[in-house]
Amino acid sequence: MNEQRAVHRSGLVDRHISFLEALRGAGLAVSLAEDLDAIAALTALEWSDRSVIHDAYAATLLKRQAQRPTFDALFDLYFPRLVGEGARAADDSNEEAGEGDGARDNAQALQAFQAELLDALSQDDQQRLLQLAAEMVGRFGAMPGRGPGLSSWSAYTALQRVSPQELVDQIVQALLSEGRNDDEAQRVAGRRLGAFTRQVEDDARRRIAEEKGPDHVANVAIRPSIDRLDFTSARRSDLEEMRREIYPLARRLASRLTQEHHARRRGPLDFRRTVRASMSTGGVPLVTHHKPKRPHRTELVVLCDVSGSVANFAQFTLLLVFALRDQFQKVRAFTFIDHVHEVTHHFTPGADVVDVMADLAASTAHAALWGRTNYGRALTKFEENHADALGPKSSLLILGDARSNYSDLHADVLSRLAGTARHAWWLNPEAARHWGTGDSAAPTYGAIIDMVECRNLTQLGEFVHDLAG
Amino acid sequence: MTWFASPADAAARLTAVGYLADPATATTTFLAGALEKPMLVEGPAGVGKTELAKAVARATGAELVRLQCYEGLDEARALYEWNYKKQLLRIQASANDQEWSATHDDIFTEEFLLTRPLLTAIRREEPTVLLIDEVDKTDVEVEGLLLEVLSDFQVTIPELGTVEAIRRPLVVLTSNASRELSEAVKRRCLYLHLDYPDAEREREIVASQVPGLDDRVAEQLVATIGRLRELELKKAPSIAESVDWARTLIALEIRDLDDKAINDTLGVVLKHASDHDRAIRELRLKK
Repeated sequence: MNEQRAVHRSGLVDRHISFLEALRGAGLAVSLAEDLDAIAALTALEWSDRSVIHDAYAATLLKRQAQRPTFDALFDLYFPRLVGEGARAADDSNEEAGEGDGARDNAQALQAFQAELLDALSQDDQQRLLQLAAEMVGRFGAMPGRGPGLSSWSAYTALQRVSPQELVDQIVQALLSEGRNDDEAQRVAGRRLGAFTRQVEDDARRRIAEEKGPDHVANVAIRPSIDRLDFTSARRSDLEEMRREIYPLARRLASRLTQEHHARRRGPLDFRRTVRASMSTGGVPLVTHHKPKRPHRTELVVLCDVSGSVANFAQFTLLLVFALRDQFQKVRAFTFIDHVHEVTHHFTPGADVVDVMADLAASTAHAALWGRTNYGRALTKFEENHADALGPKSSLLILGDARSNYSDLHADVLSRLAGTARHAWWLNPEAARHWGTGDSAAPTYGAIIDMVECRNLTQLGEFVHDLAG
Repeated sequence: MTWFASPADAAARLTAVGYLADPATATTTFLAGALEKPMLVEGPAGVGKTELAKAVARATGAELVRLQCYEGLDEARALYEWNYKKQLLRIQASANDQEWSATHDDIFTEEFLLTRPLLTAIRREEPTVLLIDEVDKTDVEVEGLLLEVLSDFQVTIPELGTVEAIRRPLVVLTSNASRELSEAVKRRCLYLHLDYPDAEREREIVASQVPGLDDRVAEQLVATIGRLRELELKKAPSIAESVDWARTLIALEIRDLDDKAINDTLGVVLKHASDHDRAIRELRLKK
């Protein structure tokens, strides 16, 4: 009992519990049983190395790789890598003390720092980059507050001042001299800079957490994992990551669908075959035989809005649908802004994802006449030019945010289209609470066909699965 | 019996049997032994998930019992089955005047029990590593079956009673994540995600698996694999492919991995036509 109280005083258990609370807050399902497992694991280990503790927590609390970034970010908050400037800075402080604060942050220091950063980035020296990120926030990202406890740290300020983006060309040069070709060098340089930016942001978070308590930061600063990230709020690097997720997602869905089809494959009892087979076991029907079930496959017509605001969402959905094309009988895809353009031919079987994306982006021009989204006009044009695409066997899928710039909605055309098709759905990448605000025509269209909220990869995957299943 | 003394001990003993484990793998393996909890290993194909279980068995001198999962796997294949043919023979051979209750007691005994991997692993008295491979390939019903085995290490056979583990096996489940496993199974397991290794570790792995490989070629090979993984490919090459590639280079007696050599042997690492084209285009390989 005494011992327990002593542990409690150290704050370790408190920290452990608030870490778990934060994980739960971020959407990880951490049960009491896992909590106890984690404690058991920590008891079995030595506490000499931070990474061992990290691995032990990961092994017991984490159950899905997609949650890894969230877990890592929170772990860094609650069990930070270093406190303040860390031990190294304390050693250096003697020599730097003479120069005072001014020398730590001036144009000359900035230049020297940039040079060092360039060197580290060119060599991709992770250890040094981590130190540099911490140093950068400490020196260039400080935001002095009005009083004690009110000062803060800003990754944004630090990044603006040091502006690592300017170093891209020089990193590319360094990579080229290593024998990489220029496309690749560009890509690698971009990726390293992106990683460094994340390290700087992490470090700013760590410092803020130190001053205001990790709970404060955990609530506001943790981004959702990639499969729960909204399409509309994704950054460029997120989009790239999402694109990498599409193919694995399609494969997962396909294997799930095949399994489910197999499970439902047994049709009604085939009496004749069962009786005949029972002859070899003396008339006892040991094995029953069933008539095969005819699989039903949907014919799909996809109509997507590719105007700037929702283009990413349309592309992801198209890629996913076409990656699963063998689950459908036939897929036809059209893009529109205020005019309709067929894009089915871009999706050849086994085509390269990056190429398809590039082709799609290039063909956007065909879908626009004046370039302002006009759903009414697009629907009318579709009915005029491609009415043959829809039939009693096909399902209609419309993708878009239903924001039509206050133009004529032509709801009657939509109800005719929906009437021709076997099923009709509307996928809207906006949160349901935004439907009907501003120029959104979601309520009007939603009254005619089923409108489904589809904001992230998880929701998209579920929808496509139900569509094909 | 303790399986490993510490994470460092686990890493060292796995290395000794030819499996180079990273710190996270070593820690989780150690915990699986120390906490007597099953270990769920996920990751892309070919990063050494199954190999980890085999290596643990080799390192600890335990015997490996393997249950390969597939669609349609059922209790009779995973747990136990009554040898009904033998039971029939027994009934026919018995004298006519024997009481039914006596016969009944006779035919539901050890003699007529066919043990399958799960039951075998539980009943073994020597140290055992139980590998449940590709658990995501099974139907959801089998997961329910696994629950009893994984949490309490016991199996209930209605006719015989509950069989408890004499010595708890170290259980390794592998999954390609083609299907989400149920929360109940995941909760009972330690989770480990195996990913592609960093360049240094990969070079060590290739060197240890393919002894005759020249150091310079190994370095070129690992660098090229690293560049391929950065591309957006349908199937990025994994460790198994690196090792295959190294073996190919030895067989073809290629001493320098230049553009032509890469081009000629790319089929060993990339298995999609579109990936092939992309690699040639992005790495600017000359035909």
